[in-house]
Amino acid sequence: MDSVRSVYTTPSSLTYSDLPWIIQHREDRCTLCGRCTSVCPVNAIYLTYRRQRVPKLDVLKKKRGNEYRHFVGIRQHTSIAKKCIGCGMCSSVCPNEAIGPVPNTNEHRTVFHQNQKGEAWKRGGRRNKTGATILDRIAFDRISMLTDPALDAGRHEFNLNTILGRVLPPEEYLRRKAAGEWIPPTREIFPFIIGSMSFGALSPNMWLGLLQGVAYCNEVLGIPVVMATGEGGCPPWVLKSPFLKYIILQIASGYFGWDEIIRAIPEMQCDPAAIEIKYGQGAKPGDGGLLMWFKVSKLIARLRGVPEGVDLPSPPVHQTLYSIEESVMKMIQTLSMAYSFRVPVYPKISGSTSAKSVLNNLVRNPYAGGMLIDGIDGGTGAAYNVSMDATGHPIASNLRECYLDLVAQGRQNEIPLFAAGGIGKNGNVTQNGMALIMLGASGVHMGKYIMQACAGCLGNEKGRCNVCNVGICPKGITSQNPKLFRRLDPDDVAQRVAETFMAIRTEMKKIMAPLGRSQSLPIGMSDALGIDDSDVAERLKIKYIC
Amino acid sequence: MCRLALKSSDTPFSPYEVLLAMEAMQEGYDGSGLGLLMRGVQFADFKYERGKQVILSGIAHTEEALHRLNGLMESRGFEQKYDHEFTVHPEMIEAADRFKYIVRVYKKPENMTEVEIEDYLMHTRLFLRRDGEEHGGDLTVFSFWSDVVMIKEVGWPLAIGDALSLDDNRITARVVMAQGRQNTNYGINLYACHPFFIQGISTMTNGENTAFVPIKEWLEGKKIPGYTGYQSDSEVFTHILHYVTRRLKLPLQAYKHVITPLKNEELDVHPQGDFLKGLRIACRRLIIDGPNAVIGTLPDETSMLVMDAKKMRPATVGGKPGTWAIASEMCGVRALVPDRDPAFDFQPMREHTVIIPPDRKELLIWTQFDPFTLPQAA
Repeated sequence: MDSVRSVYTTPSSLTYSDLPWIIQHREDRCTLCGRCTSVCPVNAIYLTYRRQRVPKLDVLKKKRGNEYRHFVGIRQHTSIAKKCIGCGMCSSVCPNEAIGPVPNTNEHRTVFHQNQKGEAWKRGGRRNKTGATILDRIAFDRISMLTDPALDAGRHEFNLNTILGRVLPPEEYLRRKAAGEWIPPTREIFPFIIGSMSFGALSPNMWLGLLQGVAYCNEVLGIPVVMATGEGGCPPWVLKSPFLKYIILQIASGYFGWDEIIRAIPEMQCDPAAIEIKYGQGAKPGDGGLLMWFKVSKLIARLRGVPEGVDLPSPPVHQTLYSIEESVMKMIQTLSMAYSFRVPVYPKISGSTSAKSVLNNLVRNPYAGGMLIDGIDGGTGAAYNVSMDATGHPIASNLRECYLDLVAQGRQNEIPLFAAGGIGKNGNVTQNGMALIMLGASGVHMGKYIMQACAGCLGNEKGRCNVCNVGICPKGITSQNPKLFRRLDPDDVAQRVAETFMAIRTEMKKIMAPLGRSQSLPIGMSDALGIDDSDVAERLKIKYIC
Repeated sequence: MCRLALKSSDTPFSPYEVLLAMEAMQEGYDGSGLGLLMRGVQFADFKYERGKQVILSGIAHTEEALHRLNGLMESRGFEQKYDHEFTVHPEMIEAADRFKYIVRVYKKPENMTEVEIEDYLMHTRLFLRRDGEEHGGDLTVFSFWSDVVMIKEVGWPLAIGDALSLDDNRITARVVMAQGRQNTNYGINLYACHPFFIQGISTMTNGENTAFVPIKEWLEGKKIPGYTGYQSDSEVFTHILHYVTRRLKLPLQAYKHVITPLKNEELDVHPQGDFLKGLRIACRRLIIDGPNAVIGTLPDETSMLVMDAKKMRPATVGGKPGTWAIASEMCGVRALVPDRDPAFDFQPMREHTVIIPPDRKELLIWTQFDPFTLPQAA
């Protein structure tokens, strides 16, 4: 027997019950096939031989002794680097349901040790805050019943689309039309947009699947869905394809991928849906994009024009940016000019108390085609945990403030506001999106929800998985490793994209019909909203209901 | 639900005729009030001169309010020419605070351009309204314009007609529009009663406007004088018509394209599709959802009727050369023009704008699929 004193511990020595996820393994069911240990993305489990002492006492012979039983089992590593992430891939491959992670319901110790070697905790996912969001709690309570004949979501025609791009005041539209002057470009799109996820953050199969699904939605289902690329460019074959019209190209502070884009302009068959200038994102406001070295594969390196296997942190600001005025003037105007003023250009900013200042600058810029605000619950492929959890502004009040600011100026139809950050966080994607639309958004961007719904992303806000940053995505969604991303069939993703948008379309009608709305998207129809919290109601200027 | 009736005739007729049509449509509405607008007005006791005089309509709820009104009108330089005294039976009126129903003719201001006069009349109306509101609502003003008389009251329409002796032929008109309901969905307020009026333009509506709040917020944001009130969700229809025809200076047909624009596939093959797509985007916040039938009249005695895009509220138009009627029920049209040929009655579809032109010779039925003259964008 070992004496206790000789047990060596370090400050970061933990046991399995200190970890956020505890592996439960049933030896009576295990066939020792080894699939779980080989599939585990973080090598959290290993096959091990164990010895068990069985004391033996033979009273008649007056003999004492021991017998030893040997057994084979699956054990869990307790080092921080190899702690179980709860993804559950072990359960999914186990033929006998012998293994699986269970959440540690006690507080766990790893949060105090996620800074080994002085490296602050970086991860993927989004703010780890669980429970119903403000958006989840908003109810649509202005129901047309006896005062009006109700609309029929199943049989009536609905116009669900929104406008992306600068809209002129009617007087100015008529003047310019008569004078033959430039009218800013607009796009009629579906208000639920696949938000920026870069080619680099996502695996090639995921990207292809999304694009196939988007094309199917547009060309077969008649749902004009668009998707944004994120920083990092776009595969050249897409740039030169007719599918480019479904794509919002993002330019961010690292300008990754824009060499390819600019070179492809002469060969483009059509214009992109829009250009998004990323100034910030909700998951990590004030921080640039980050593609960690694990994911900078040969393909990504070529696309981005960088060496393989190096971290790619984008600066927090655009290097050309001196002031907000310069930014909106120079960048928006330059990019508008690159496409001969035929493509809407809009900035994406992180939710912040300064959003209104940005907005007011955009209002004065005749080329600004909208504004996208990404709230604190927005997801990311890689960021510091502290940025994700503690930095930013929730989307609901930020969006509402900006909208009401436009209303006060009578400009709410001119600069479409788009909202992002936590749409569908708890699965209520249409409800969340429509609540934001009625608070004043012209549409919503969703990224994490699309990964979860269309590709089976396992991440959640209890810290599950969240390893998008290191390229070991067990579902092959955010990995550049062919062994992993071949798990994801692009056709299956495309099918799920189509299914998801068909369902959103139906749910939109199911929300709009009882409100008596079908001819136009009910942007700013705040009289239809109520919430069971008087403080929130007051802040959002909607009804308090209980 | 509201019942609506409009009659337009070459020969001036008593507004009581329209109230009888309301009575014919009595089933299915609560008869909680009356809103009445007359154009082409003739007084039995006074020769009204259209181009030279303007008419103020409203209610002074107290003697003090009436005195104040006299002073205010004088201070704004209006010279009173005629004060119409209704033969009132106060016992037949539900409300107790009706000191005097005002229909007064004033001399039109001089030394101003027509546009300045129009603005001055509207600002005077808004000024009087504000003054009434500041004094506990003791003065209500419905219209102040050339050749327009308005009456609004709570109660059964025919009873109100009897109470004000509207059948005595002392006031007759060529165009009368009436609506028979107070806004009983909310608190009763005379300003919430249709028809609504701004600078010669008037509309009344049945049904609820579900897109009210976004439309109202947009109109208020334009900061155009007179785009206020909104005690009723239907008031925005009047202001949209005002905005389209007077501010944007588009033809009447454009109103329909603004409130119920055509779909993409329809505009793709429309001769003015490119212009109309742009108009739809620029005026996106003015798209209505209904369910509504909107009946309107213009200063030149044009009358019009349009439906929402789902045609969820009915309305019928019928008549004969010289006399036409629009009503929310067929029996209303029958009561207004009994000797017409009902085979020519018309119920507009979602794309139609029915126009009774000032000459009243024939109905114009215009569809959104047809192009219209558009000098601005030609």
